[in-house]
Amino acid sequence: MRTLRYLRERYVRELPTLFCPGCGNGIILNSFIRAIDQLGIPQDRLLCVSGIGCSAWIPSPYFKGDTLHTTHGRALAFATGAKVYRQDLVTVIFTGDGDGAGIGGNHLIHAARRNIDMTTILVNNMNYGMTGGQLAPTTPYGGPTDTSPYGNPEHPFDLVELVSAAGASYVARWTTYHAVELTRSIMEGIQHKGFSFIEVLSQCPTNQRHIFRIRAPIEELPTRILEMFAESTYIRGRPARTDYFYILPNIPAEEAIKEVNEALGGLEARARLVDHISYGRLIRVDSEEVDRARGILEGLKVTERVLGPLEGKVELGVFVKRERPEFTESLMNIIKRAQGC
Amino acid sequence: MLSPGRHLVLGNVACGEGAIRAGCRFFAGYPITPANEISQYMASELPKVGGFFLQMEDEIASIAAVIGASWAGAKAMTATSGPGFSLMQENIGYAYMTETPCVIVDVQRSGPSTGQPTMPSQQDVYQARYGAHGDYEAIALSPWSVQEMFDLTVRAFNLAERFRVPVLLMADGAIAHIKERLIVPEKVEVLERRRPEGPECTPFGTEDPSGVPEMPLLGEGYRLLITGSSHRPTGRRDDSPRYMRMKVERINEKIRRARREITDIAAHHLEDADLAVVSYGASARPSYSAVKRARSMGIRVGLLRLRTLWPFPEEEVSAISEEVRAILVVEMNIGKMVREVERAARGRAQVVSLPKVGGVLHTSDEILEAIRRLRQ
Ligand SMILES: Cc1ncc(C[n+]2csc(CCOP(=O)(O)OP(=O)(O)O)c2C)c(N)n1
Ligand code: SF4
Ligand SMILES: [Mg+2]
Repeated sequence: MRTLRYLRERYVRELPTLFCPGCGNGIILNSFIRAIDQLGIPQDRLLCVSGIGCSAWIPSPYFKGDTLHTTHGRALAFATGAKVYRQDLVTVIFTGDGDGAGIGGNHLIHAARRNIDMTTILVNNMNYGMTGGQLAPTTPYGGPTDTSPYGNPEHPFDLVELVSAAGASYVARWTTYHAVELTRSIMEGIQHKGFSFIEVLSQCPTNQRHIFRIRAPIEELPTRILEMFAESTYIRGRPARTDYFYILPNIPAEEAIKEVNEALGGLEARARLVDHISYGRLIRVDSEEVDRARGILEGLKVTERVLGPLEGKVELGVFVKRERPEFTESLMNIIKRAQGC
Repeated sequence: MLSPGRHLVLGNVACGEGAIRAGCRFFAGYPITPANEISQYMASELPKVGGFFLQMEDEIASIAAVIGASWAGAKAMTATSGPGFSLMQENIGYAYMTETPCVIVDVQRSGPSTGQPTMPSQQDVYQARYGAHGDYEAIALSPWSVQEMFDLTVRAFNLAERFRVPVLLMADGAIAHIKERLIVPEKVEVLERRRPEGPECTPFGTEDPSGVPEMPLLGEGYRLLITGSSHRPTGRRDDSPRYMRMKVERINEKIRRARREITDIAAHHLEDADLAVVSYGASARPSYSAVKRARSMGIRVGLLRLRTLWPFPEEEVSAISEEVRAILVVEMNIGKMVREVERAARGRAQVVSLPKVGGVLHTSDEILEAIRRLRQ
């Protein structure tokens, strides 16, 4: 394992970053750098393209290599031109959820459809971070933001489904909590010949407080959100644990937990407060006697609903890995055909 | 590709041929009338010379891909018409800001909006100058014949490389769809990009009096920071007033300083004229025949044809305004370049607008009539 100092000196143009304290973008920069270091790609063979937004700043200026910081939403189109003309450049696109799925959504599906050999890292912080936390096409239904003060009336995209259906040949989703898996996925995406898409759910402590309904001082938010990512996601193909469940209380969870603890009494069980991406503050109950515990708590006055381990959780992992003719190769074949050889 | 020599081709084909001869090896576009034949020509001819043709998802993506390819080292071009030209404006601004050489062809059609898709106009001439937000100096050329579709496309590429700017070829639906003689020369003069030689470079700043920095490319180890945000000469983002002022002043100055080199006019029968017609593009054709007819009637009128719209040939128009009594400005729009002519004439000659909208060219009768009225 490389030391942080080695990685910084070699790959990072300058520090500290201008990201807000606790922002997920630093983790993503870190994962990206580790990935290219482990792949042994010389940084001068890399091209990082980004659009506009906080996520666009991950490579520009922080990555010490070629960076093309473009216009809002258009990074993939710029990258397409550069990649077609310089096919030897390992091309990685950093985009936000607003940038990549909102204003640039058209370019996203078409880059996926072409299956052009580049890797897109979409930083999904479920809002327009740079402009102050507005509603994004990824904000959860009902989620309050600056521009949806009464709750989001729209439904969010499932970007993995969208990009898979559009034809991408490598599709994965991780969160900033899963930095190790993310690093591995970036490596895989870069090595994969074709359009690789990696969505990263990321924390934006500055703007996510309302979206995730987390009431805590700002310093605690990054950890709370990261823990929430851990709590409310599961990884495809990994055996899921079944020895726990959640209580969605009808009063504030902080108060309800007292009654839950009392009700659990002599059982082999542990109740604690957690944040859940779909339900906000909940009580998680881990128990050796999960059915009994469930039975007891279902009837409790403060229980609105009992949730199974996977309810409302976000699936992570690698969703698509397939072979399809790649765009730049197809273009080279066209040249051969046109030249009659 | 066409062999050197004489051909009978469409204006759009001449444009495509000129591009390839000027070294264009990357084209990205989106279908639109009356620019389609350029795409079709590039799709069939570029691969033969090892170049790339891409049909993108829209015009925004087309110009974006062109700019990306330019930084990758390509001479690159896109072609469109009004609606697509409107969509491209933000990224054309990005090209000014990042000093990216590329060529954009606007085969103007009658608007606003969808307008008359197959019919010509010259209504986008101000959009060429002011379409993108912010301050910059534009270079826009205006061909009046199939031959000039070829010649000015070549020139557009050379100017783009020389000044590191997007160059606009403001064609129109009439010139694009005329079939007439094109002479493809044995050899065209092609300017190559000035690139840094050493390991160090400041991609967005220069001590050179031209104000045009050498252009490094992606993938050469320069670790470039290319951004449309305000930046230092190194490319590092910095929005302090000082750097933004330096940048904006330089990208304007580098064109202003070279105004003489860039501006290009053609003078017909102006030597002894006391009346002048100013026109450009397709409108200059009926203007030319009207001038000849007027001459045969003994009217001393000449034609000043603008081959560059921007930078506006201010000195040339100004000089003529001292020689003639009145200037008639013939253009296929509501009256646009006439304002520039008025500005250059500074009241020394009477300036009269002869606009035309509706998607049709002026007739030479209309122009002749206007010339005769000037005489009174
Ligand atoms: C054409 C255009 N529209 C709007 C903006 C303003 N703008 C800048 S950043 C941004 C939002 C970016 O959000 P996202 O892509 O989610 O990135 P984040 O900041 O959340 O990482 C917007 C709307 C712009 N720069 N350009
Ligand atoms: S606004 Fe959000 S995404 Fe942007 S730097 Fe701050 S925490 Fe990060
Ligand atoms: Mg965002």
